[in-house]
Amino acid sequence: MNAGAISVTTGPPAGTGLAPPGKAGDRAFRLLTWLMAMMVPALLGLVGWTLCKGSALSLQKFGWNFFLHSNWDPVNGDFGALWFIGCTFVSSLLGLLIALPLSLATAVYLTELAPGWVRQPAMSMIEMLAVIPSVVFGLWGIFVMVSWLQEGPYPLLVRYLGYLPFFRGPATGFCVLSGAVVIAIMILPIITSISREVLRAVPNSQREAAYALGATRWEVTRLAVLRYSRRGIFGAALLGLGRALGETMAVMMVVGNSDKISASLLAPGNTLASKIGNEYGETFQGINLSALFELGLMLLLVTVVTNILARLWIGAVGARQHSGI
Amino acid sequence: MNDWHYRWRKVKSSMVSGLCLVCALVVITPLALVLFYLLKAGASSLDPHFFTQLPNPAGEPGGGMANAILGSMTLLGLAGLVGIPVGVLGGIYLSEFGSPRMKWAVGFAADILNGTPSIVWGIVVYALVVLPMQGYSALAGGLALGFMMIPIIIRTTEEMLALVPNSYREEAFALGIAHWRIVLNIVIKTASRGIITGILLAAARVAGEAAPLLFTAFGNNFWNHKLSQPIEALPLQIFTYAISPYDDWHRQAKAGALVLILLVLALNIGVRVMTRGRAPHLAR
Repeated sequence: MNAGAISVTTGPPAGTGLAPPGKAGDRAFRLLTWLMAMMVPALLGLVGWTLCKGSALSLQKFGWNFFLHSNWDPVNGDFGALWFIGCTFVSSLLGLLIALPLSLATAVYLTELAPGWVRQPAMSMIEMLAVIPSVVFGLWGIFVMVSWLQEGPYPLLVRYLGYLPFFRGPATGFCVLSGAVVIAIMILPIITSISREVLRAVPNSQREAAYALGATRWEVTRLAVLRYSRRGIFGAALLGLGRALGETMAVMMVVGNSDKISASLLAPGNTLASKIGNEYGETFQGINLSALFELGLMLLLVTVVTNILARLWIGAVGARQHSGI
Repeated sequence: MNDWHYRWRKVKSSMVSGLCLVCALVVITPLALVLFYLLKAGASSLDPHFFTQLPNPAGEPGGGMANAILGSMTLLGLAGLVGIPVGVLGGIYLSEFGSPRMKWAVGFAADILNGTPSIVWGIVVYALVVLPMQGYSALAGGLALGFMMIPIIIRTTEEMLALVPNSYREEAFALGIAHWRIVLNIVIKTASRGIITGILLAAARVAGEAAPLLFTAFGNNFWNHKLSQPIEALPLQIFTYAISPYDDWHRQAKAGALVLILLVLALNIGVRVMTRGRAPHLAR
């Protein structure tokens, strides 16, 4: 619906004696609302400009070298972000790896299998999960999840897979893998809800055609529904990844916050977001501050690029209006 | 042989169905776990002191989060001053005046801003406000939260106004009313409930944010008397208490988390009840 498309020929017919409404009010109102709407792209520009300006010093001094080593040394003014980049991507991708199958199966259940009366309440509960603040997940992570992981699954991983460098102990619980688990929980709702929209957009004729060929319910889902919507599901996963990369508080509280490099997922790490968060309360200047801004700039770039890709991708499969908030 | 194969396909189908059900249960479990844990661990710590007293010095048991609760409200108010006018008026432009291309562009920018990590908002406002003013302040915190509200409010306002039937506008035009009066007196009035729910959703979203406040509002163990001074917020205090080494602070962090989560859930459930059957895609 486009209300702006209504064309108006103002004024009553001649001779009624009523003056047509003034144009000044319309113009002023339109200008005011236009200015406010333009604040949104302006804000996007402001965010990018602020971070670029803030990190100029570091960009100049380190150049590409910033991404190539992991030495974070405020005393000698030498900064490299490789370790944080690595931790960010490993924890986010692992989180996605955990969350995607669960979310997809849930979306399938909610669109294809569940009885009608279950669907809406179940979806509402999943959406409730999305509104729990990050810091609350972090608190639950510290007091419940980490100790559970540390007592249950982690020793098993160390015992049976400990020969791999990724699962070498000791498992303190506050580690990259815990970060991944918390990230997984936090991106479950968004992936589920978008996958569900994507699956719901599959035309029923697809399902009917497959049933007519004698397919079982699972075959219908696999051949007619999932295959049909695989592009949309990929978009949902990308959107989830965008959220995962920028997750701050909960990750910061369980990831261990260590700058020491280790190949083990059971060793503490530090993501881009958690590194920035951890520096709060310090007073910075010069190159130290600039390096911090460069971390922020990178974080902004990776999330923005992932988001743009996801939205263009989902838009291309015709579910753009569902990708909103 | 054929019969066996057919049966196997049926069994496989049921097995996958069962698996999907299990996955759905697993997805809902964390919600239940977090809620039950906080109810168990937090409820016992909720006493009048929690709502009325200032925090005690580190390590000393007792005290409350009164300043954080008031601080969160102050910050939400400041955020609203930034986010509501920009979001609502911008949404009006998109729905009532915007060309399709402009709608797409602004909507896209809003979606990108919506996906911007909250810590990034924190350091951007740190650079824009805290560094020039040479100090953390409530104003900076409110501004960061306000920035985060804008994309949410502009999107929901636009959607809500689009639901107002075009015939309302046409009838008003036929009466010779000026366009801006039509928008303010008729379109906005019709969609007011939806717009308010959008604002509440945005408030619920930023009320739980701690990351943008680390570098802006900073936290403060006392009452905030000036908006140019640091201020405490509930999520910030939950964070500081949760990572502290003191048992009593842990207890209070859980109580604070319970209060925060109840507040956020209440806002969201309120929104859901208000919009029941009106805009299913809104309350997400």
